[in-house]
Amino acid sequence: MLTPTHVMIFSLVLFGVGVFGVLTRRNIIIVLMSLELILNAANLNFVAFSWAHPSIHGQVFALFVICVAAGEVAVGLAILITLFRNRNSVNIDEFHLMKG
Amino acid sequence: MTEVSLPLFLVFAAVGVFGAVMMVTRTQPVHSALYLVLTLFSVAAIYVLLHAEFLAVVQILVYAGGIMVLFLFVIFLVRPPVPGEARWHGGRHVLLSAGLAVILACALGWHFLESAPAAAGNPSALLEGGNMEQVSMTLFRYYILPFETVSILLLVSMIGAIALARKGEGV
Repeated sequence: MLTPTHVMIFSLVLFGVGVFGVLTRRNIIIVLMSLELILNAANLNFVAFSWAHPSIHGQVFALFVICVAAGEVAVGLAILITLFRNRNSVNIDEFHLMKG
Repeated sequence: MTEVSLPLFLVFAAVGVFGAVMMVTRTQPVHSALYLVLTLFSVAAIYVLLHAEFLAVVQILVYAGGIMVLFLFVIFLVRPPVPGEARWHGGRHVLLSAGLAVILACALGWHFLESAPAAAGNPSALLEGGNMEQVSMTLFRYYILPFETVSILLLVSMIGAIALARKGEGV
């Protein structure tokens, strides 16, 4: 019998892997992909709760999260292209212009 | 449906976790992107198990279709990683981050699992009249203002992305 707890454990694992990727990888593209993973983990929780207390509102909220993620990716990748054009690199360690 | 849903869920969850771990550990961004597609597809399958069919289709169309194509285009535009280049921050940093991720996940899990409902309620409330119809009725009845706001947000991010990525003066 599938329970919400199962889904939540899966989403926690996805979240942990995503946080690990954001903190450790040097390639900005992979950092952005890990962010997508974190957003997906959040969405899974929304859908799991919407299924557990039968109510459609959680699914609608997950839809909004997907929209915001799409906007975030578009702007993030555009910033990345601009950075690459100016510095010829996608390594996060090389971007410390604003370091005090 | 209910008696096969747990084994199916376990299979898709295993595939999803495998894809996520492989995505974080690959050298080539293209491989990472393809493993992320695998994870997104398994999450979509789990949405179907949780009676969120419309969201599963949206997940495949928007995430696996749109967003991943965007990622792949950017990967093709930028320089591939040099073989000798360090992919990770230093060794101690990796351990610290792994510890932090585990602690964060455990803290969230402790909080969530305590308040988790033990079993699913009657799913017929989600299925009545079709999932897509229910989602759209709720969207346009209760969330019309957020819906319009999100469309403006998407327009703004579209313009911002074009303005940033355009070859030209200034940037």
